[in-house]
Amino acid sequence: MENNYFVDSDKLSAAALEKKHRLENDPSFRTDHMKYMEGMEHINSDIMDKVMSEMNSYDYNSYTYADVRAALSHDHCTVEDFKALLSPAAEPFLEKMAEKARLETQKHFGNTVYLFTPLYIANYCENYCVYCGFNCYNDIKRMKLNMEQIEHEMKVIADSGMEEILILTGESRAQSSVEYIGEACKLARKYFRMVGVEIYPVNTEEYKYLHECGVDYVTVFQETYDSDRYEQLHLMGHKRVWPYRFEAQERALMGGMRGVAGSALLGLSDFRKDALASALHMYYLQRKYPHAEISLSCPRLRPIVNNEKINPLDVHEKQLCQVLCAYRIFLPFCGITVSSRESESFRNGIVKIAATKVSAGVSTGIGDHESKYTGKENSEAEGDEQFEIADGRSFKKMYEDMSGEGLQPVLNDYLYV
Amino acid sequence: MKNDDKLVLGGHEFSSRFILGSGKYSMSLIEAAVNYAGAEMITLAVRRTNSKENENILDHIPEGVTLLPNTSGARNADEAVRIARLARELGCGDFVKVEIMRDSKYLLPDNQETIRATEILAKEGFIVMPYMYPDLNAARDLVNAGAASVMPLASPIGSNKGLATKDFIQILIDEIDLPIIVDAGIGRPSQACEAMEMGAAAVMSNTALATAGDLPVMAEAFKQAIQAGRKAYLAGLGRVLTRGASPSDSLTGFLHD
Repeated sequence: MENNYFVDSDKLSAAALEKKHRLENDPSFRTDHMKYMEGMEHINSDIMDKVMSEMNSYDYNSYTYADVRAALSHDHCTVEDFKALLSPAAEPFLEKMAEKARLETQKHFGNTVYLFTPLYIANYCENYCVYCGFNCYNDIKRMKLNMEQIEHEMKVIADSGMEEILILTGESRAQSSVEYIGEACKLARKYFRMVGVEIYPVNTEEYKYLHECGVDYVTVFQETYDSDRYEQLHLMGHKRVWPYRFEAQERALMGGMRGVAGSALLGLSDFRKDALASALHMYYLQRKYPHAEISLSCPRLRPIVNNEKINPLDVHEKQLCQVLCAYRIFLPFCGITVSSRESESFRNGIVKIAATKVSAGVSTGIGDHESKYTGKENSEAEGDEQFEIADGRSFKKMYEDMSGEGLQPVLNDYLYV
Repeated sequence: MKNDDKLVLGGHEFSSRFILGSGKYSMSLIEAAVNYAGAEMITLAVRRTNSKENENILDHIPEGVTLLPNTSGARNADEAVRIARLARELGCGDFVKVEIMRDSKYLLPDNQETIRATEILAKEGFIVMPYMYPDLNAARDLVNAGAASVMPLASPIGSNKGLATKDFIQILIDEIDLPIIVDAGIGRPSQACEAMEMGAAAVMSNTALATAGDLPVMAEAFKQAIQAGRKAYLAGLGRVLTRGASPSDSLTGFLHD
């Protein structure tokens, strides 16, 4: 399976190529992914142990139709019920699950659907994550926007009508420092009501600084909760440290952020176990920090530049829908975001069942909003994309489509206080 | 029975005793909901209105309907006070529904912080309607803090479970000299009717309408139920026989002096 991921570039030096191959083939050449690197804060959280013990003992084949029926009949969904709903035994009950999920979504969110857009400001990366288009060995056009360029991008996006933005970077502290990201976020506060970040994990004090810059929401994807599999996919760089990443949301909350989001990237490992761990991670965070607004995403693997073969394996739309219904039934109050990795028809359907937030007007490239939004040719360079998107609808089109589906598009439901 | 039965909040009189929530259904339905419900007051989340959105909720609210901006999103008294002041700046008037939640799961109100915010805002001239967990001591503190009404929850917000806290709401109705407005959890017209029969001054609802098959028709059903309950309360409910029939011979017939 891994060989699907490895792509060599002819631009790499012989030494770089040799190092890359050694990282790929010789586990002893790689650092200990469970050991914190220098400068990484260790908060001694109990959440990781709780999530991992549930995930490791989860035998989804042991659940029966009767367990699923019982789970669907309960008013309150327990962790056991949730496990049943995620199991293969629940697949024939998908329609019933969708009905229950829909009711829960309506109770807590009415017919609202939130719209947002991501803005990638840099795609430099120090990590070698084999499935990611930004990985440091991948031959792509690299770019980092300066503040002037960032402001220009923000203006273009804000002019389209969008009020919520998610700022993203590749994971490189050297190229995209916390201060650089902080300055970008201060600019974002001028143009948008709500600012979130999806950047490399940082320490509590740094999250505090970003919060002061206007950020209130932090998204970190764990990629996979299976730490052994994680080790085989994240071969080099700070991102290799699995527990530091796991604790990112908690550090963000300790730093004063209002809300956090997370998820596994479905398709990297056993998706049922990863879905269980993703939801439990958010569940235990909310129990420990009751004020925290928690949110789940559900990204599936997508093709990247130089590797069209990457796909989400056994996580088809049906399985994804099952996961999302189970999330909704287990965590009725939790935000659920479905990104443009998914198709138009899937997103139109799932917002009526479980999802509460969708992206629109999406580019995962760098500095290309003007050319993508207006068709105007860009005189400046553009950076390559992190992955291929599947739903390219503009903000306006998405707004119209969501209204057309009988939903109420909401652009802002937030105040920075 | 009184003919001029009015709900009085901060010196303002209302004929309708049905307060509409607005956050969970499309704006295009607001006008119909208000009309069918006969509502004179509608809540709106300040955090939602603070938007340059294509469609602004304020444009959909019919004239003559009083806005009740809420402080949802506030996690403590200071945040609630800031949101209330922003509402006033936005031109939403002097009414404010204080909602303070430190819990993102059940959205249960924090009574202590609510009392603190009520005191600050009442002093600033707001007509404060605090959302609270039905606790008599907290309700008394809210009265002393200058609240214009007290809004206890019937059951968890969005649950449509009805009067789970019935006995405690009754205590507030019996003991507090302010309008008691039942808010959150009322899922059916019959439950709204029951709250009004108990002596509640008004009922607020959002999810029950948003999840209904036909929103305007459900709004009308609520209106009628609330009116029926109010009439029953004013008429004085008939006695309820708890055990068998009433004795034909008086128990105290032997008393002669």
